[in-house]
Order: sequence, then structure tokens, then C-alpha cells
Amino acid sequence: MMSNTVGMGPWVGATWWMTHRQLKALLRQPAVLVITLVQPMVWLFLFGNLFRRVVELPGFGAASYLDYLVPGVVVMNAVSSSMWAGMGSIDEIERGTLNRFLVSPVSRAAIMNANVIVQALSVAFQSVLIVLLAWAAGAHYPGGVAGPVALVVASMLLGTVFSALSNVFGMTLRQRESIIGLSIFLLLPLTFLSTAFMAKSLMPGWMQAIASANPVNWALEAVRGTLTASVDWHTALVNGGGLLALAALTVWLSTRSFRAYQRTV
Amino acid sequence: MHVEAHDLVKTYPPATRALDGLSLAIAPGEVFGLLGPNGAGKTTTIKILTTLTRPDSGTASVAGHDVLRASQRVRRSIGVVGQKSGTDPTATGRDNLMLQGHLYGMGTAALKGRVAELLDRFDLGEVADRAVRTYSGGTQRRLDIALGLVQRPVVLFLDEPTTGLDPEARAALWREITRLSTEDGITVLLTTHYLDEADRLADRLAIVDSGRIVVGGTPDSLKGELRGDAVHVELGERPDSSAVRTALGGVPGVREVSVDGRRLSARADDGAAAVPGVLAALDRTGTAVAAVTVARPSLDDVYLRHVGRRFAETANGGTR
Repeated sequence: MMSNTVGMGPWVGATWWMTHRQLKALLRQPAVLVITLVQPMVWLFLFGNLFRRVVELPGFGAASYLDYLVPGVVVMNAVSSSMWAGMGSIDEIERGTLNRFLVSPVSRAAIMNANVIVQALSVAFQSVLIVLLAWAAGAHYPGGVAGPVALVVASMLLGTVFSALSNVFGMTLRQRESIIGLSIFLLLPLTFLSTAFMAKSLMPGWMQAIASANPVNWALEAVRGTLTASVDWHTALVNGGGLLALAALTVWLSTRSFRAYQRTV
Repeated sequence: MHVEAHDLVKTYPPATRALDGLSLAIAPGEVFGLLGPNGAGKTTTIKILTTLTRPDSGTASVAGHDVLRASQRVRRSIGVVGQKSGTDPTATGRDNLMLQGHLYGMGTAALKGRVAELLDRFDLGEVADRAVRTYSGGTQRRLDIALGLVQRPVVLFLDEPTTGLDPEARAALWREITRLSTEDGITVLLTTHYLDEADRLADRLAIVDSGRIVVGGTPDSLKGELRGDAVHVELGERPDSSAVRTALGGVPGVREVSVDGRRLSARADDGAAAVPGVLAALDRTGTAVAAVTVARPSLDDVYLRHVGRRFAETANGGTR
């Protein structure tokens, strides 16, 4: 076994420095974060207008489709932008950066955690902007500040899950195509097999069954309960807990992927 | 010994045997060169010694620590300059150096001083606050070496440090590498596929072929095992051949004297030491001398003798 025993102090310090370097890189090109917001904005205003009258369907259970759509778009953005995280891992492998870190005493967990933390933070930043822009466009958050906060937290957890997963793909397969494939095969099915755009009661039965096993839907279920005037904390905590457990699992898996990588160097 | 490896074997799936029982030992403060063509196993050796990958079998230790059982201690003792730089191209040279120090847990205040010192030493002061992607190849490589030194390693690994550099940048880097052992006392393991580089830099070197060390020793001893130096003398006029041959026959250590027009050639165990005797003998026969050259056997000759083919003819494989 490679011994990775490092005390708590160095571990935290290393995570900070690894995160710091990536945040600095992000801040060097802030335009990227804003440009990636163009797509969710298009979804928000396109879908918001196209499907405006969907709420009139009996049993939909929402007054305004824009209100209904905001969490859907926030969540879809979190999934779609995080799925590319593995590209960064592949870049760092190809540049020799990862090997430089691996021959230093820095903890492996710190390297992977930093990737995930940075992704969660940039998703949070984007989610806040989407929530604010939607609010400016007339969306309502009747539960007060709790709803939008829950939404941002849920998007960060989803960002963690999918960036960790994307990193596992990048580390083990080391091909850009695998990341593109991950994105193509998962993004749309996961978003459409959820309540992002359509109320669950109006989905076919088999879709409802799949949706309940879909982590994207867990995030939406957790959040929708908090975006109403009477906040449903039970649903929020059950679904949020599932999401948190999945995030922990995928992060653990991504740290394990170093072993797979080091067997092939 | 600062670096020791015994019988390292490493196979990459499906069936590439990168190392096939490689052993070596490097003394403290020594510059040790691993010379071989691409695919010979040089980089794999470095990967095992720097804890990046594990051997299938065999043992190795660096700075007194076992690379498998005490990998974290090994990592704290070494600096590594890989073939790929591994720097962040969008960050400045200074930021890259600072991050490297933080990875080793250095405090910011001490680190700032160390980084300033390295920037100065490697002549990077002017470009320190520019993004690394704007650096020339030679500048980039100097930064890479500075990166490997931030944490003051005991052993430094340099994997083909001058590949792709122009002659001027290479010469500058050679001076820096020599300084590492002479001034800083760092043990250096250097891989190269340039014969002149190994010859020039290594205190001792080993020729690697197909995952094994074929022969090792100091460059001079390796070449000395060959049949001596060639001494060429350009004469002022066409000499009396037999008189010249008789005169030179009496000079100790000189053999195989041949005269061709105004060119005289001979072999000597130590060519430089034989020159005064040769000149004196020629003077006694009244022959004027225009020029003398002593050609040492090259590492290429050494390679040919031990591997059985010319170095230049060796096919380039992958980097393993």
C-alpha cells in the first residue's frame, strides 16, 4: 500500500491550497462563468414562454410556469456544467500536473476534494445568478429566503455528485470522448426523467418510477417543498439526505480512482 | 547510498516489459546518468523511485526510505522534474513556485524568500510575474527545475531535462545541473538519450537497454576500457616514414603508429599524456609539427561495444 498518512492539519492546508489555485485560475477568466450562464438563461426564457400554459393542465399544481421552471433550470445547469469537470482532470494528466502533485506529499484526497469544492462553488455562483435573474424576470419565491437557499445548496450537492463522477471517468478512461459520452447519455435523460419541466402526477407511470431513483429528481423534490408558502421540511430532508449520501459516495469513489490511475502510469 | 534499486521488474499490460531486473546504486552528492534510447526503461525507473508507480517485484529506497513502505517520507525527500513540466500555464512563474512550496507545507513567509532566491538563481526575475504560457522552451525548463528545488530536496530526479531545447539553452541548463551537485550537494539522477549530455554531466552513468543496466561506471572508465585514444599529428612536411615510426616506437604507451602523407596517427592508453613524448620524439627526428589532436573514444563506441549496435541506429519507442 502507498502510505497516505498525513495529519489533519496538512490535509486541510493542502485542500485549501489546491482549491486556492483553481479559484485563482477561475478568477483569471471570470467571463467563462458568465458565458456558461447564457445556456440556462435561454432555457429559462424559451421554455418559460413556450410551455407557459402547461400550468393550466388539471393536476399540475403550480400557478406560474416560470416559478415552476426556476429549480428545473438551476438543477439542469448544475448537472450540465459539472459533467465537464473530468476534462480538467484529463488536462492535468496530459500536462503532467497530476504527476507533479502525486510525487509530492500532498494528500490525494486534497487533490480530488479541491476539484469538487471548486465545482460546487462555481455552481453555487451560477445558481445564485439564475435565481436572481429569474426573480428580476418575475419569478416568485413564496417561502421566503429558505427556498432559494435550499435550491442553491441542492445544486451544489448535484454539482459535487456529477463533477466527482466526471472525474472518475476522466481519471480511469483518460479520454475526452468518455466525458462527452457521459454528458450526452446522462444530461437530457436525467433532466427529463425528473420534475424539472413537468409535474410528477402528469408523467407516465414508468417515468415516475424512474424519477424516484433519479438523484436529479431528489434535488428537485427536496427544493420544491421549500419553495412553497408552507415549507415541507420532511421531504426536503429525506431527499437532501439521499443526495448528500450520494455526494459522499461519489467523492470517495473519485479519490479511489487515483489507485486505478497510478496502476497505469 | 542515496538511491538504491534491486532487481526492479515492471510490466505494463498487455505484455510490455518496461523493466527486467534493473539495479542501481547512487552515492550522496553524485550526478548519476541513466543513458538509453526511448523505451529502454529510464522513465519507468524514475516513476518507481519517485513513488508514482509500483514495481511488480524488486525493492528500492531513496534517501534511506523504502519507496513502497515509506512512500510519504520518500516524497518529502525528493524533487522531480518530469518530461512534462506540469506547471499551470495560465498562472505566473512566481505563483507556480509558491504553490509548489505550499504542497510541501512551507510557511508563506519562508516560502516567499525561497521563491525570490530561486527566481534570481535561475534568471527568472524578469518573467516571474508573467503567465508561464508566454515562456520560451528554455525559460520554461529553468522554471521546472526551480520547481523541483523549492522544498530543498535531498535527491533530485531529472527526466530528460534538455529534450527539445536549442543548444544555447541546453548549455545554460547543463551549467545549472552541474551547480546542483557541486554547490548544493544534491544527489541527482538524470535520464537522457543524448550521449554528450551523459558524458558531460554524469559523475557515473549506466547504459540501459530493454529494461536492464548493460554496463555502468564513470564516463572516463567506460571509455578507458576501450582500446585507448587516437592521437593525430599534422606534420609540417612529408616526413621520413621509417625514421618517424622508429622514433615513436620508443615512446611508452604509444602503439599502432601509421603515417599517411603528412598525417601521422597512433593509439595511446592516455592520449593527452602521450603527446609530450610524441612531440619530443618527432623533434629529435627534425620533423616540424603543425597540429596535434587527441580523440577520446566516445560513449557511442562504449554503447556499440556493450549493446551491440550504434546508439543512433536504435529505434525510438514510446516513453516508458
